[in-house]
Amino acid sequence: MKTRSLVAGLALALLTSTAAHAGDVRIMWYSDGVEGEVMKDLVGRFMKENPGISVILDNVAYSVIKEQLPVQLEAGNGPDIARVTAIKELSKHWLDLRPLVKDAKYWDDNFGSQADWMRPDGSNQISGFMTQITLTGGYANKTLFDQAGVPIPGPKATWEDWAAASKKVQESQQVPFAMAIDRSGHRITAPLLSYGANYVGSDGKPAPLDKGAKDYLTKFVGWADDGTVSKDVWVSAAGSTYRAAADDFINGQLAFYYSGSWQVANLATKIGNNFDWVAVGSPCGPAACTGMPGGAALVAVKYTKNQEDVATVMDWFAQEKIVKEFSERTLFLPGHKAVVDKGGLDFKSDNEQAKAALNVFVESTKTTSEAALKLPGWRWSDTVYAAIVTRIGQTLAGELKIDDAFTRIDADIAQKVKDAGK
Amino acid sequence: MPLAPFDLPLKGGDRLGALSRLHMPSHFGGGETTKFDGNGGEDTTMTTPSLSAILMAPINAIMRIIDAPLRRLQKATGIGGMAAFFLAPNMLIFGIFVLLPLVINFVYSMTGGTAFFLSERDFIGGAQYSRLFECQNYLDPMSCQEDAFWTAVGNTFWFVVLQVSLMILTALITALILNRELAARSFWRAVFFFPVLLSPVVVGLIWKWILQRQGLLNFGLYQFGMDPYTWLTDRSWTFAATIGVSLWAHMGFYALIILAGLQAIPKDLYEAAEMDGTKPARVFWRITLPLLAPNLLVVVVLALIKSVQVFDEIYVLTGGGPGTSTLFLTQYIYETGFASALRNPGLAAAASILMGGVLVVLTLIQLGIGKRGENKGKR
Repeated sequence: MKTRSLVAGLALALLTSTAAHAGDVRIMWYSDGVEGEVMKDLVGRFMKENPGISVILDNVAYSVIKEQLPVQLEAGNGPDIARVTAIKELSKHWLDLRPLVKDAKYWDDNFGSQADWMRPDGSNQISGFMTQITLTGGYANKTLFDQAGVPIPGPKATWEDWAAASKKVQESQQVPFAMAIDRSGHRITAPLLSYGANYVGSDGKPAPLDKGAKDYLTKFVGWADDGTVSKDVWVSAAGSTYRAAADDFINGQLAFYYSGSWQVANLATKIGNNFDWVAVGSPCGPAACTGMPGGAALVAVKYTKNQEDVATVMDWFAQEKIVKEFSERTLFLPGHKAVVDKGGLDFKSDNEQAKAALNVFVESTKTTSEAALKLPGWRWSDTVYAAIVTRIGQTLAGELKIDDAFTRIDADIAQKVKDAGK
Repeated sequence: MPLAPFDLPLKGGDRLGALSRLHMPSHFGGGETTKFDGNGGEDTTMTTPSLSAILMAPINAIMRIIDAPLRRLQKATGIGGMAAFFLAPNMLIFGIFVLLPLVINFVYSMTGGTAFFLSERDFIGGAQYSRLFECQNYLDPMSCQEDAFWTAVGNTFWFVVLQVSLMILTALITALILNRELAARSFWRAVFFFPVLLSPVVVGLIWKWILQRQGLLNFGLYQFGMDPYTWLTDRSWTFAATIGVSLWAHMGFYALIILAGLQAIPKDLYEAAEMDGTKPARVFWRITLPLLAPNLLVVVVLALIKSVQVFDEIYVLTGGGPGTSTLFLTQYIYETGFASALRNPGLAAAASILMGGVLVVLTLIQLGIGKRGENKGKR
């Protein structure tokens, strides 16, 4: 009798301690800038309106989302909701919210155009929504350009124009770096597309690097060799590790920084009044003047134990007024069709430069090429990005000749396609 | 009952009398009935209760309860069986957390595909291994299919050779110096050991901040009128930095072991050498080194095993370095298995089995040395 009640008590204790409480929703969140605080505030408001659901916001570094979350998901674990950038690659792990949300049509209308970016090919599920639509684009240190007496190149300026202008600024102002691009395959894809590269083969699988891609990459390596493009960022890590060149720009040591719209809040906060900076859109290539769209999405994970609660949370955060408020406070471009159409976003920033920069990005969305719009929805994008970053990083470090790098990139991608084909 | 260190000295009969009025269970004091002697505990055959005896009472009780079934077990299985019984819990933990994953990893290295769980992967035999070994020229990583693996192997090989030899040299010299009659010798010993106590991430970060473009080293060079240099984007200097940082972080540990070995050398040998008027160099080569040899051998093998597994400091310091110049085996396995978007867990498992093979060889060498030492002592 005694042992039986002991065992029963133990079992009960185990059940209560290991099972997720009904009403617990974990969100794995990363921040580029101030989104963490804004989310915390919004989560607090959500819990006040929905006392039965307890939302736990885990703020993690971006590298955790990139490197550890995929492993957790493969093991069938992970959070209930996550903010992820590799949404297509991991699309098999997302929960289908279509039967769970209050109004599926609302979701289709407002988030439909990016829904393909986060669901497996041919599926119709609703996985989540974009926390922001980002666009890659350049930032110029206006103060440095003015001091050097070099006019900032116009909207139709090419990559060569920018390289030449930044080099002049660098020589005149004695700053360490003229140009820098983040160590990211996604970022460097924008100039590749502007040079006419096409990643997608006729069978939907990756095609070998074509002339457009090779042209730009050869130029890029050449600029790194002659000191126009900062080597530091690309050479400071191995493999496909992400490194941003933001700190150099914030410290006023970089004339032209090619990154994206998500940096606006970060730059506004950190630079303050130290110098004038402007967003300049994406430089042109022979084929286009395009940036790469992207963004992080808030997606629901298939392995959650509280599907209804997760759907409630997602419905609340997807509301038009919440999306509008989130975008205004984080200085992000919203991914919600109604919010974008209505316009009139009042970005909460005293920083005039931030507001001007955001408007430049909104304008630049008009010149985004067709190819660029399709890539986030293509399942092999991340593979191609990783291969390019790894091999070009090695080329910049002097380990590979550029031609060998091209062969290796094609081989890496083909190998990954072959492995996944099993 | 043996006297515990904190036995209270019992003086006079009053205390004894007071104690005797306490109700003591019959098994108190190891099963003997304690007889209270009015003479202050002079009776050596009978034990007097003390504070330690009172504290041990519950433990003794539990031991008596366990004693009975264990005696029965010993009768059934013999002494050997009892040894197995006591080793079983540790072996169970070892088996589950070390042996089982090793076996699973080995099986994993013979599978392919992108699924994570073993049950969902396809068996492909030695294909991962043959892919790792597919090379036109083993000395040129770029002619291999898995060039990152061979680059990592090459880097690790040079790191091990250079770091271990430099480590032993500096540790030996440091130990020899610390063995002498220095002023504030204890302080110096502590100073050299201090970096060993630091976390590898801390070590990596400190040196990164010193060596980076706007780091302390360049600042110092600039103050002395020299040009600053981008140490961490130069492939050779970065490799040198990884060896240097690793040396700085671990030398104290090996110096301490060698110091202990030096102090075990009998002093009269040195006195005899001094009386013969032997030169210091000869004393070192003929007396110190031969007697230190077993100790040194252990240190060498330990250092080898540790340096093959290098990861933490280097990953924080260089992240794999300019290109792949400081990419070592452990980081390669981590990136191939988990971190990279081009991950291939089966390949990483195969690489880790190969790395484990190298470590097993080194460990067997160490065990062989140890056995030889034991046999020497038996003579």
